[in-house]
Parts: sequence; C-alpha cells; structure tokens
Amino acid sequence: MIDRDAILKKDHVGVLIIGGGPAGLAAAAAARKAGVDDILIIERDRMLGGILNQCIHNGFGLHTFKEELTGPEYAARFISQIRDLEIPYLLNTMVLSITRDKRVTIIGSRTGIRTISADAIILAMGCRERSRGALSIPGYRPAGVYTAGTAQRLMNIEGYQIGKRVVILGSGDIGLIMARRMTLEGAKVLTVAELMPYSGGLKRNIVQCLNDYDIPLQLSHTVVNILGKERVEGVTIAEVDASRKPIPGTEVTYDCDTLLLSCGLLPENELTRMLSANMSPVTGGASVDDLLQTDVPGVFACGNVLHVHDLVDYVSEEAALAGENAAAYVSGTYGKGSSDPIDVVEISTDGGVRYTVPQRIHVSRMRDSVTVRFRVADVYRDKTIAVYRGERCLSRRKTRVLAPGEMEQVKLEKKDLLGLTAAEGLRVVLESDTV
Amino acid sequence: MSETRELTCINCPLGCALTVTIDGDTVTVAGNTCPRGEAYGRKEVTDPTRIVTSTVPVDGGDIARVPVKTASDIPKGKIFEVMDAVHTARVKAPVKIGDIILSDVAGTGVDLVAARDVAAV
Repeated sequence: MIDRDAILKKDHVGVLIIGGGPAGLAAAAAARKAGVDDILIIERDRMLGGILNQCIHNGFGLHTFKEELTGPEYAARFISQIRDLEIPYLLNTMVLSITRDKRVTIIGSRTGIRTISADAIILAMGCRERSRGALSIPGYRPAGVYTAGTAQRLMNIEGYQIGKRVVILGSGDIGLIMARRMTLEGAKVLTVAELMPYSGGLKRNIVQCLNDYDIPLQLSHTVVNILGKERVEGVTIAEVDASRKPIPGTEVTYDCDTLLLSCGLLPENELTRMLSANMSPVTGGASVDDLLQTDVPGVFACGNVLHVHDLVDYVSEEAALAGENAAAYVSGTYGKGSSDPIDVVEISTDGGVRYTVPQRIHVSRMRDSVTVRFRVADVYRDKTIAVYRGERCLSRRKTRVLAPGEMEQVKLEKKDLLGLTAAEGLRVVLESDTV
Repeated sequence: MSETRELTCINCPLGCALTVTIDGDTVTVAGNTCPRGEAYGRKEVTDPTRIVTSTVPVDGGDIARVPVKTASDIPKGKIFEVMDAVHTARVKAPVKIGDIILSDVAGTGVDLVAARDVAAV
C-alpha cells in the first residue's frame, strides 16, 4: 500500500515526473518496470490523465492496443498501471521552480510549498493552445471567443453549452472534433476557416467531423474581424493570397455567437527555460539526445512538451523510452556523466524535413536502434525519405504523400553508425522521386 | 438508374478521392489506390456506421459528467436519434468504466456504455 503521509513528506526521490498526462503516466510505468523504487508524479489538475480526460471521442490507441478507445479509456489503461505498480502521485500540485541540480519546488494545498530533490527528472508538461492574443485577430473582445480545447473542457468535463451558432478558425484536430461535438449537442457550426491551403488535421477528422455534418471547410481563409461588444455577434472571414494576406473584397460576415480557435499547439516549457536547457526553435521544446535527455544531465523530456505529436500512441511510446532511460541514468547503467563530446553527432535536415527528435545522438552509447521522429514543412507527393551518413545512404523509403499534420519517423541502427563523427555528419532528407 | 457519390478515403494520409457508383445491387469504387479504399467506399455507400460519444450528467460523483460511447458502431443515419436518447440519460455515482448507461440505445441493438470510472463522493 502507498503511504499517503510519507509521500507528502518526501524530500528526495529517484525519478520525479512533472505532469500526469499520457507522457508522464507512460514514463512512470516504464521507470518502475525498469527497477526504480522511488518515483513521484506531480500533477496540477485534480485527476491523472491530462488532456485525455476531455478528449471523449474515439480513435485513441489503434497502434498500442489495436482497438479504438476514447481518451478517458486510453488514460484509464495507464492510470490502472500506475495504481497496480503503486506509483505515488500528487494531484492539485504545481511545480513553481526547477534548478539544474534537480531541485524542484512544488506548491499544493496538502503539501504547502516544499522542495524535493531528484536523481532524475522527466519533463512531461504537455502543450498549450495558441490563443487569440498570439494570433493578433482584430475586433472587439466580447465573450464567446474560446480556444477549441477550452471549449472542449467546458463542454465535456464541466458540462456547459458553449454557444448556438459557431465559426471555427483553424482546422487543427481539436477544432474539427469540436465542430462535430457542438453539432451533436445542438449547435450550428457555420464554417471552418483555415489560413493555410491545406488542413492541419487528420483526414479521418475532416471526413467524420465536417463532411458527415455538411460543415464547409474554407482553405486559405482567415478571420479579419470579430463583431459584438458584450457577446460575439458575428465573425468576418476573408480569403487570403499566397502570402496569407486577406484579399480585400472577399469578406463574408457570419451571424454567430461563438468563435473557436484551433490554430496550433505550443509546448509548455516555462520550467525547461528556467533550467536554461538548450531549446529547439523549431519544436519549441528542449533539444534532446538519443536518450531523450536534455543538455542538463539527468533531465529528460517526452510527449508534447518535447514536440507536438499527432497520435497519443507515439507519446506513450516515446515517454516509456524516457522512463527507461531515466531509470538507467539513476542506476548508473548508462548515460550518467558520459558525454564524450567527440561522440556527439547532431542530426541535420534538408528538403522539407523541419526538425528531428532526438536532435543528436551519442553513437557509442546509443541503443541498438533509435527512432527519430520528424515533421515536414508542406504537403509533398511522391517523395523519398532518406538517411545519409556523410555521402552514404543508410536508408530510403518512398512515400505517396507527406503532410505537416502527420508525424513521420525513421529508425537509426547502431551497427550503421559505428565510428560516425560529427565531421562526417548524419542527415535526414526528403528527395524527389527520380523514377 | 445509377447513383454516383464522391468520397474521401480515411484509411491513410493520402486521402484518395473516391468515386462510388451504385447501380442496383452493383457497387463500383474508382479512384482508390489500395484495397482498403475499395472496402471503405463500398461500406460508406451500403452500410455507413460510426461510434457516437458524448457525456451524461452524474449525481453524487467526483466529476459532474461521465463520458459515454456506443459500445460498437451504429448506423450513421441513427446518430441524432442516439443523441436524443443520450440527452435523456442521467446516472448516479459510482459508475464503472464499461457500465451500461442505456441498453439498446435508440433501437440500434447497441448499448451506451460509460468510458470512465466516476467515484461517489
């Protein structure tokens, strides 16, 4: 049995995990299975499971469990593991600060303010939505403008009806899911406007959330005005040109009471920046090595705080690896203090590959194989994903279509990389099919 | 008299534009690049189904609403009838994941089940 009082008094743990969402839960379970006795999860919400709690739609876990679960069901699989493995956690508890010598100050109604030191820390704080302020939409500031995820929480967890006539800006998956959700609850979703010439959402969501309900998706369109002083009374949408500037004369005003924003997710890295960890300007997350370790030894990152994922299955997989690696770090099996700089090779990208995670590998220390995940900059047809060591091609895979909304991956084999130097270089690139 | 429908395949990011022709008992799918597209197009015009998810209010629980889903997919044309039934439901805590909230919801032969535990407080 877990001794609740002992948890509240702890001042040192082996592995401290910040965030009890899908990443934190999978990391914790994996660290325990890899032999760490002393784990603590810090979660600021009143329950474990993170964003999955409000994602009541189905479609989760096809890769992991070979069945289609809802978000809460997917979370429940991991929460029951946490209970079975007797991993302690603190709810309603927030991390205030973190230091490079791995001391974490938390605040909670039951713990008060306390500082806990850890041998290893796993960052699993997830991400936030891009807000109206970050989008610079003109117009008044009436009630009725929500990010899609906030609306989702208000509806699905708190049980509020958000609005009756809705316009959605951005075709990210949460916006698409909310278009269907609000329609099922009796609202009229008038249109979804997307700035880009392609949708950032999954095909399946376009079809099952918009097409099923005859909700029009207008690509290359954006919101140019919000009307109404107390409550949203209308939203004006205009077409944009190739440089994404509104085209005068194309404005159409929709009579509505609600505007939802589904315009991208931003990893929530205030704590990571407090550590002065090296960040990737592309992902908005920490820059990590093949162990998913930041440049602060013993601090690992996984899930959406590291880079925004398309499927939770990949979050769980990545986080489990971070958990195993943190366990190995704590037991001294590998990774600890070994950062022979000669051995570190940054992965470079080209031809539309925007970034890779991990960003660098330690060849002599790496596992037999390492999965490298990445996203592309545009919609590409008939491209080949290739990995080069110097001028030598290590792998090639043809693709029919690549899209920014979908994560891609390649596998690096240690046997192919032995003796690799930074001078030689390792590249992940997209090439046009020459056939 | 044949009928033609334009669909987007959802099996992979390719999103093939399918043209499905229904001529009496004969269904032909064009525009697909793989057998999954053929199967999808055929099912979408002959027997389209969806899983429906929503929430139901809970009395005396540690959270206000319990997420629910149809235990399996139901005919697409019955989605709003299922939702009408969902809107009549109300449960008492505790609720266990998988508990039947409404049996044979809207005459579909499929149960509406809870998608999470709700503890009584």
